[in-house]
Amino acid sequence: MSMIEVKELELGYENRTILKNLSFSVNEGEYLCIVGENGSGKSTLMKTLLGLQKPVGGEIILGDGLRKNEIGYLPQQTIVQKDFPASVREIVLSGCQARCGLRPFYNREEKQLAEKNMERMGITKYAKRCYRDLSGGQQQRVLLARALCATRKILLLDEPVSGLDPVVTAEMYELIESLNKEGITIIMISHDISAAVCYASHILHIGKKIFFGTREEYMRSDTGKLFITREESAEDV
Amino acid sequence: MFDKLWEYLQFPFVRYALIVGILIALCSSLLGVTLVLKRFSFIGDGLSHVAFGAMAIASVANLTNQMIIVMPITVISAVLLLRTGQNSRIKGDAAIAMISVGALAFGYLLMNIFSTSSNLSGDVCSTLFGSTSMLTLRLSDVIVCAVISFIVIGVFLFFYNKIFAVTFDESFASAVGTRTKSYNLLLAIIIAVVIVTAMKLVGSLMISALIIFPALSAMRLFRSFKAVTVFSVILSVVCAVVGMVISILAGTPVGSTIVAVDVAAFLLCTVSGAVVSAVK
Repeated sequence: MSMIEVKELELGYENRTILKNLSFSVNEGEYLCIVGENGSGKSTLMKTLLGLQKPVGGEIILGDGLRKNEIGYLPQQTIVQKDFPASVREIVLSGCQARCGLRPFYNREEKQLAEKNMERMGITKYAKRCYRDLSGGQQQRVLLARALCATRKILLLDEPVSGLDPVVTAEMYELIESLNKEGITIIMISHDISAAVCYASHILHIGKKIFFGTREEYMRSDTGKLFITREESAEDV
Repeated sequence: MFDKLWEYLQFPFVRYALIVGILIALCSSLLGVTLVLKRFSFIGDGLSHVAFGAMAIASVANLTNQMIIVMPITVISAVLLLRTGQNSRIKGDAAIAMISVGALAFGYLLMNIFSTSSNLSGDVCSTLFGSTSMLTLRLSDVIVCAVISFIVIGVFLFFYNKIFAVTFDESFASAVGTRTKSYNLLLAIIIAVVIVTAMKLVGSLMISALIIFPALSAMRLFRSFKAVTVFSVILSVVCAVVGMVISILAGTPVGSTIVAVDVAAFLLCTVSGAVVSAVK
């Protein structure tokens, strides 16, 4: 059974439908990249997968013993966070909140988990530093470490490289790939189609035409060819 | 000077005022950090005006215990205001402006039409600026204030980590299963309760100062959520005590003296924050 199965999903706000007849599934260990133009509903899809928003129609089935609060999420940064006085450790630890339930404080196991994930992301040396003093790439690592505290199985990433410079972007992609190789399922929204076809195992293209399949299938498909060549010609200019 | 202070401290109402002042300063600063960071600084202002309107209704209705009306109205407004914050046709700040000015006007109108008091402008002035009410506190007021304060502090400590999570990143928090709506509701209720309690000290126009100044001052100097929270509480209590002592000795109005001390502390923190980062 797949980890997440989406059947005939219909997305939208209030009464306006953005996207219809969306079906796809994600199995354990896969790396799915969601691409599409601005306004095609990528972020809405992710919010719906996370349960932050109700689908207009259709259903999302979680399998493989995946529970709703076991999905790690890397949201786009908000304005509030830009001048937030919080230390890196405090933020990473807040990834454990779902494990606490009503218990008011974090226990030793959760603190160790936070330390381990800071180590994994190479940010242990910043543990006491203030989040707002870090660079964009370091901040993303902090948020990724937090997301890893919330999950062992699956990560949903919303444009993880937006606003990062090329070197840091490449590092970020490698970091995500290494997590995927450790067995964590990845679902990522991306603008960056060239990275998507480079790293992902599956591609979901949403827009007027919906495509879902493996990376190889996508590169052979009409939607994919069109999108990739358009991207390349845009880069040439 | 100390003799004079000692002499004043012999009066029970001065001691009551000090106790209530410290408790209120403590509670209001606890939530300041969250409110400032969530961009809700003005909610304190809006709610205090609502509380003023409610107070007007209560005094027109000649109730002996005004809290019965003031507390529920303020709590309901807080819940409504925080709810409009997310996505609605009237944006958060506009909703606050609307409600606060409306309540202020309505309250004054009511007091003006129906008031039986001979000193109307005095009544209005003391509700707005909290001028003399601090010195008319009875023991029962002190006990009520203490109970409310302990509840607020207890709730804050118990939910500290959740409040942090919800303040820092609401969408992540709800994605991993934290019930952000309930916590926002809880925050709204606590804010309203604190404001109604704090009205006694500084009057309804200046409550925002008690809530936001300590938080803003602490944010100039400290870089972790815990340090900011702890420091803003300490600063708030110190400013309240200093302000009250000055007002007792110099005969100035309590509320505005405390706020003036808070402003001075903010300037001091801003300067020292700038110096520290320049040295680094």
